Amino acid sequence: MLPMSPVTSPAPAAPPTPASVIEVVLTVAGISKSFGENHVLQDFSLTLHRGENMVVLGKSGSGKSVLVKCIIGLLAPDAGTITVLGQYVATLDHTALDALRAKVGFLFQSNALYDSMTVRENLLFPLRRHWLADRRGQEDQLVRQALDDVGLPQTIDQLPAELSGGQRKRIALARTLILPPEIILYDEPTTGLDPVTAREIDQLIRHVQQKYHASALIISHDMNCVRLTADRVILLAEGRCYAEGTYDELAQNPDPTVHAFFA
Amino acid sequence: MPGSPFFVELRAMLGFAGRFLREGFRPRYEWLELVNQCYIIGYRSLPLVGITSFIMGLVLTLRLRPTMVQFGATSWIPVMVGLTIIQELGPIITGLMVAGKVGSSIGAELGSMRVSEQIDAMEVSGTNPFKYLVVSRILAATLMVPILTLLADAVGLGACYLGINLQGVTSVALFANNILGRLTFGQVLPAVAKTFFFGFAIGLIGCYKGYNAAKGTEGVGVAANSAVVLSSLMIFLLDLVAVGVSTAFGFI
Ligand SMILES: Nc1ncnc2c1ncn2[C@@H]1O[C@H](COP(=O)(O)OP(=O)(O)OP(=O)(O)O)[C@@H](O)[C@H]1O
Ligand SMILES: [Mg+2]
Repeated sequence: MLPMSPVTSPAPAAPPTPASVIEVVLTVAGISKSFGENHVLQDFSLTLHRGENMVVLGKSGSGKSVLVKCIIGLLAPDAGTITVLGQYVATLDHTALDALRAKVGFLFQSNALYDSMTVRENLLFPLRRHWLADRRGQEDQLVRQALDDVGLPQTIDQLPAELSGGQRKRIALARTLILPPEIILYDEPTTGLDPVTAREIDQLIRHVQQKYHASALIISHDMNCVRLTADRVILLAEGRCYAEGTYDELAQNPDPTVHAFFA
Repeated sequence: MPGSPFFVELRAMLGFAGRFLREGFRPRYEWLELVNQCYIIGYRSLPLVGITSFIMGLVLTLRLRPTMVQFGATSWIPVMVGLTIIQELGPIITGLMVAGKVGSSIGAELGSMRVSEQIDAMEVSGTNPFKYLVVSRILAATLMVPILTLLADAVGLGACYLGINLQGVTSVALFANNILGRLTFGQVLPAVAKTFFFGFAIGLIGCYKGYNAAKGTEGVGVAANSAVVLSSLMIFLLDLVAVGVSTAFGFI
């Protein structure tokens, strides 16, 4: 029933190359979502494997954020099923959904840092709220570790309003990573950043993939970000999976809708 | 008519109140956040409520005095002012001041949290944002407005005493005796009871407007503004209902 059946288990020390990965961690099967007459997603499907970075490419307003919000259970699809780490999202109760969300990181497009809290409190929030009793003693250490990972240890006592856009993005990333996630959903991690900062974020994404052997679904229309982070690329257009392949494969695709992104 | 925006909004707001009743009294309880909100809503409103009710008590006394002198009824000033403050002005002024200060800030705060996806972020961080944000604020407002009203009453009466002494000398004992001797339980109880509803209305409307704010920065302003307008209006409507109810029960 569940699509989570490792055919062969990779040796623990094996480098996480996409070829050696077979375990499916996320399946989106034929989901549709409409807001009134606005049919955003129509029969969209994708499969994400362990340790893989998949990029979902799409025009503004094509429903990319709606897709990730359906995956994390913030929106309910009208039709179709979503399976995350072997569990059907739609059928989970609150407790089970919270437990699942503790294993899935979500970087919001707008960062969604809590304005009224300092950086430290922002990072402590998911840590404390997810009832992880075993981490009680090491909260402080985890916060510092997460801030070191994104290179901003000095901001710990600042408020989000005092940070630059790029810094906020990194703090949001630190908050996403503080509970080591198995799957990370990045909603446009580099949009609105200067090219230098954007490349640093790309490197962070790659670094995280290697460090945690996590899978990532990256929403983006920044082609440099796509090229640097993607193991596989899906083009979301007309509400469905319009094209799929590696970056190079899609770059060769003559279809005008696909080609428009690589021009 | 039932399809008009007014009824749609009314139904949505009643649904919101229903959700509060369903979710508010089931674990997990957000005690820390409740205490925090009581501090913000209650303690931080003290100066504003204190100053306004002081001025009201003083002005009322000074204004009333010439008329009462004409009627030779100066000894009735304390009880007249006292009754006015305890039954009407104290609750109404506290309600309006809290609606202006707290209602708007709840509307703006939750509105901007909605718009910038902070509410969604709470939800994915193992937190029920309705309990954490809404229930705590509605409960805090419901608990704090009555307390603030009692304090406003006391400050208003103190100002009345000051006003009387500006133009004559009355001992505290005589003043207190004059008021307390003529106040009945039936006059005070409904006046205090209605302030729970004032607080509930302020919290509910502020949270409803903010929690359902429309996308975009404009939505935040609209939420804050309509929260104040609606909750101020609601306070007067509730006051009218309170008069009706106390009359029906023979409390007046
Ligand atoms: N909560 C909602 N209610 C109504 N419509 C919505 C809602 N969320 C999204 N939409 C609509 O769904 C469509 C897709 O929105 P979405 O945010 O997913 O776009 P996107 O692909 O993420 O675009 P961008 O690259 O600009 O972030 C838009 O037309 C939007 O108006
Ligand atoms: Mg988006």
